[in-house]
Amino acid sequence: MTVARFWRRLKNLYNLIGTHCEKCGEYHYPPRNLCPKCRRSSRTVPFKFKGLGEVVTYTIIHSSTKDFEKQTPYILAIIKLNEGPHLTSQVICDHKDIHIGMKVRSAFRKLGEESDKGMLYYGTKFVPLVRG
Amino acid sequence: MRDVAIIGVGCTEFGELWDRSFRDIFVEAGVSALEDANVQGGKIDALYVGNMSGGRFIEQEHIGSLIADYSGLAGFHIPSTRVEAACASGGLALRQGIIAVASGYHDIVIAGGAEKMTDVDVETTTDALAAAADREWEGVMGATFPGLYAMIARLHMHKYGTTSEQLASVAVKNHHNGTMNPKAQFQNEISIDAVLNSVMVADPLHVFDCSPISDGAAAVVLAPAEIAKKFTDTPIYVKASAQASGTLSLHDRPDITTIDATVAAAKRAYKMANLTSKDIDFAEVHDCFTIAEICAIEDLGFVKKGEGGKASIEGMTAIGGKIPINTSGGLKACGHPVGATGVKQAVEVVLQLRGEAGKRQIDGAEIGLTHNVGGSGGTAVIHIFGR
Repeated sequence: MTVARFWRRLKNLYNLIGTHCEKCGEYHYPPRNLCPKCRRSSRTVPFKFKGLGEVVTYTIIHSSTKDFEKQTPYILAIIKLNEGPHLTSQVICDHKDIHIGMKVRSAFRKLGEESDKGMLYYGTKFVPLVRG
Repeated sequence: MRDVAIIGVGCTEFGELWDRSFRDIFVEAGVSALEDANVQGGKIDALYVGNMSGGRFIEQEHIGSLIADYSGLAGFHIPSTRVEAACASGGLALRQGIIAVASGYHDIVIAGGAEKMTDVDVETTTDALAAAADREWEGVMGATFPGLYAMIARLHMHKYGTTSEQLASVAVKNHHNGTMNPKAQFQNEISIDAVLNSVMVADPLHVFDCSPISDGAAAVVLAPAEIAKKFTDTPIYVKASAQASGTLSLHDRPDITTIDATVAAAKRAYKMANLTSKDIDFAEVHDCFTIAEICAIEDLGFVKKGEGGKASIEGMTAIGGKIPINTSGGLKACGHPVGATGVKQAVEVVLQLRGEAGKRQIDGAEIGLTHNVGGSGGTAVIHIFGR
C-alpha cells in the first residue's frame, strides 16, 4: 500500500472519526460522503465516536495474510459502536475471555507492518471495557 | 426479450493443474463446450469470460483479448469481454451472455469462466482473495475470507444453536458427492471427526470447512431458445437470471447471518421463473465455506432461517434427500477456481437435467438452480434452469 493511501485515512483510523448525517441522524463508520438513506440530499459532517461498543461476533484468525503473520493467532471482531454503526477491528484480550456481547473500548495500537524496513501502520483496536 | 437456451457445456478437471496454463484451461473448456453444442467457431457472435484476478494470480490483464486470441477467434474479431465480481465472476459472465442473447444483440454466445490460482504462493492467493472484501476497512484490520465467514458462523451458532458437527456435515456430504465426479479436485470421503480434527484456520472454521485453492475453467454455449433444437436434442432453458448487490463489508449487513443479496436475487429469480423455492428440485450453491452452504439453503428459502445446520446433518441436502445440494461436490470438493465456479455450477445443472451426471445423477430432476456469491455477499447471482 502506498503512503498516500494510508495517510489520507489517518484521522479516521487514529481517532475513530466517521460521519454523521445531519438530515436523518444516522452515524457512519467507516466515513461516507453519501448517507445511504439520504443519498444526494445527505448532509454528512465528520463525527468523532466515543469508542465504546460491544462485540457482535468474532473469530480467532490462525492463518493470515503476509502482513499479519507475526500477530497470529489474533481476535478479529465486528464491533457495534454505542452510536450505532458496526466496524471490523481486532480485540486485544485473553482468547479465553472473548465472547459475543463483550463490552469494549477503543485503543490506539499498531495495526501492522509492511516488512522489516517498511511502513508501520497504526489505528484503532479494541480492549475489554472491564478488565478480568 | 427472447428465451435463451444452453446448447453445449464444457469443463476442465478442477485442481492443481501445474502442467497447464490459464490460456490452456480456458481453451480446453471452450472447445469441449463447442464440441458438445456441435457449433463451429466461426458461428460465435460474442464471448464473455469470468475472471476474478488475472492481474494478481498470473500477472495478466486484458483477459478478453487473450481468450479470443488463443481460442482462434481473433481473426473473426468477435467482441470478447472479461467480467469481474470476485467469486461471482463466472455467474455474472453467464448472466451477461444470457442478456446479450435475450436482447437480440447476439445469437450464439460463449459464456465461460477461468482462474489459475496455483501459479503464486498461498499468501499471495490469500491476499488476492482478500481483495473481494473491503481492503481499506476490513483487510487493513486483518480480515481474511475464512475470518469473515468464521464471524458469520460464530453468530449463527450463537443465535440458532448451529454446531461444529453440523458445519462439518456439509463438507462430508460434498466430499461424498465429489467421489462421483471425475472432474472434482477431491474425490475422497472424509468423516465429521476428520473435519473437526483438521487445522483451525479461523475459529470455528477448520481447514476442511474451507474450499480449496484451485485451477479450472468452464464454459457454456448459449443460443436463442427458438433455434436451440437445430443444435441439440436436449437444450436446457434459462428460466431466470437474477443478480443483486449487497454491502461490500460484512459489518454493514443488517443481519450478519443473512446474505441479503442472495435473498433479493432469489426473490427476483423466482418471480421471473414464476416458481417458488418449493419448485426447485436441486441446486448448486456457493459453499466457499461450510457455513456459506447453510446460509445459502436458508436464504434461498429451502429451509427456515436457522435450520440449515440441522437440515444438513439430517441428510435433507444429500443425493436422495428432499433437495440435493451441490451434487458436483460443490466448491468444497469439486474445487473453487473463483472465476470458473459460477459457470461450472451451470454445467453441473445442465448435466443433471440432461440425465448425464453419471453416478451422481439424481432422479426426476426437472428444475435446477445455481447460486454464486461474490465476496462475503456484496454480489449474488442466481439462475434457474429447466428442460
